[in-house]
Amino acid sequence: MPLDIYAEEIISQYEHPHNKGKLTKYDVEFHDENPICGDDITIYVKIEKEKIAQVSFEGQGCAISQAGASMLTDFVKGMSISDAKKIDYEKVKEILGLDPGPARMHCAVLSAKALAGALESYMKAHK
Amino acid sequence: MNHSSRETDMKSGIDPTMIKKDFPILKKKMNGKPLIYLDSAATSQKPKEVIDAITEYYENYNANIHRGIYKIAETATEKYIESKRKLARFIGAGKFEEIIYVRNTTEAINLVALTWGMSNIKKGDRILISEMEHHSNIVPWQMLAKRKGAVLDYIKMDNNMEGLSEQSLREQIEKGPKMLAITHVSNVLGSINDVKRITKLAKKEGTTVLIDGAQSAPHMPVDVRAIGCDFFALSGHKMLGPTGIGALYGKTELLESMEPLFGGGDMIKSVAFDSYTPNDLPWKFEAGTSNIEGGIALGTAVDYLERIGMENIRGHEKELTAYALERLAKINGLKVFGYGRADIEKRGGVVSFSLDKIHPHDVSAVFDSFGIAIRAGHHCAMPLVRGIFKVGALSRMSFYLYNDKSDIDSAIDAIGSVKKVFKVK
Ligand SMILES: Cc1ncc(COP(=O)(O)O)c(C=O)c1O
Repeated sequence: MPLDIYAEEIISQYEHPHNKGKLTKYDVEFHDENPICGDDITIYVKIEKEKIAQVSFEGQGCAISQAGASMLTDFVKGMSISDAKKIDYEKVKEILGLDPGPARMHCAVLSAKALAGALESYMKAHK
Repeated sequence: MNHSSRETDMKSGIDPTMIKKDFPILKKKMNGKPLIYLDSAATSQKPKEVIDAITEYYENYNANIHRGIYKIAETATEKYIESKRKLARFIGAGKFEEIIYVRNTTEAINLVALTWGMSNIKKGDRILISEMEHHSNIVPWQMLAKRKGAVLDYIKMDNNMEGLSEQSLREQIEKGPKMLAITHVSNVLGSINDVKRITKLAKKEGTTVLIDGAQSAPHMPVDVRAIGCDFFALSGHKMLGPTGIGALYGKTELLESMEPLFGGGDMIKSVAFDSYTPNDLPWKFEAGTSNIEGGIALGTAVDYLERIGMENIRGHEKELTAYALERLAKINGLKVFGYGRADIEKRGGVVSFSLDKIHPHDVSAVFDSFGIAIRAGHHCAMPLVRGIFKVGALSRMSFYLYNDKSDIDSAIDAIGSVKKVFKVK
């Protein structure tokens, strides 16, 4: 794997992640982990008018998973639930600005999977 | 490699520069850099003669074993049995009948749990393992304990998290477990358990003993009869052999007393409409067509290891490990797990470490970009890594006969690069 997955932006967001820590007020939280690496993440979402008003995360993991969570949470703020649920691996690559390759794909998508889980459980509870 | 390290490499009676030439993959590149393979605890590389043994079987005498009354079937059968004779001698077993071929260590342990275990473990019985086991020496016993309502106990790690606690070992053995299943060498720490002494203690309580030899048989002389264990499990792919072949050694009396695991061809002497008579050892436990190429090539791997000499391999790995520990100790923010240099006799060629503020996957990924293969993760020992060390993952390098000090130098340089990428001092 070439070193360019460790772009400046990835390292900087890994060191200083955005939206890290538990929200004081949230509507739904969701925990997910990656059994291969042992990365884990908890996503907190505050919903207003079917949109993501606030979102944050807690957890531990490699630079790709942590910077990925930081960038994803920035990206989805203000997004509608239905749009946010559509975020797939292609979109994650766009948000990261790189292709982490097959060995690190699971690191990159962890936060998106957790977010989808959170939104799913919010919708179930608010049907 | 510089002159002085070359000299020290030679001290052990091993010349890794010559040995490297026997391994085709070590001439290959990874990400444009010469491959430096430091992940032999996961699987070893294979010398050309082992790879050739597989081709040779298919090109010259491919036939099913047993019963074939023609030349190439006889040759295949002979070579397959011959490989068991070699392996029996290699681990100090009495005879080839005590060597059951299975897929790997995992299957060997499961075979014991499912046959010996199902007939001998009763409700309330104790099964004893340790906190440093690989999942393959934990889960089969959890499954058996659940089925039978037995109790699964663990020998605790010592306070330094280096080896097993002597006190816990004695306390647990005194409880008189029916089965003690324990690893010879930890695949995370490299810690070597004194299995001969432990077996002796357990035998006083009448305990049946299984040794997980996945990390010992490839790296040091093993003598199952000197250890005194009842069962010994190993994987061919970790000792220069192909994947899909491993072995269970068992004492004859025990193997004879056990029910077969699978039924089918080759494991029977005769079959009638309402009954069957199981075959003699070892065939009783090898139902269906065996991994013939795997068995034969494992025999070739044993030849190779014996030619180099297991004492030499152990000596070489000890030198490499001591050298790695010495160099790693000088790196800021790096923590090595397991025994230190003073206890090198108790350590195999496995070195797990963590780097402050940098995740092991990122360490591996940077190593990869330099053509260096190391492993990151829980190393299939989640209870130890998560439960005792309380970390999500560790980086691990592991050594074998084809590694030399320059491989370790490259790894040390790569750690410097990891720190640079992550802007860590
Ligand atoms: C100590 C130990 N036991 C068991 C195993 C399982 O080996 P296999 O996957 O070949 O069954 C391993 C392999 O990593 C090991 O290191």
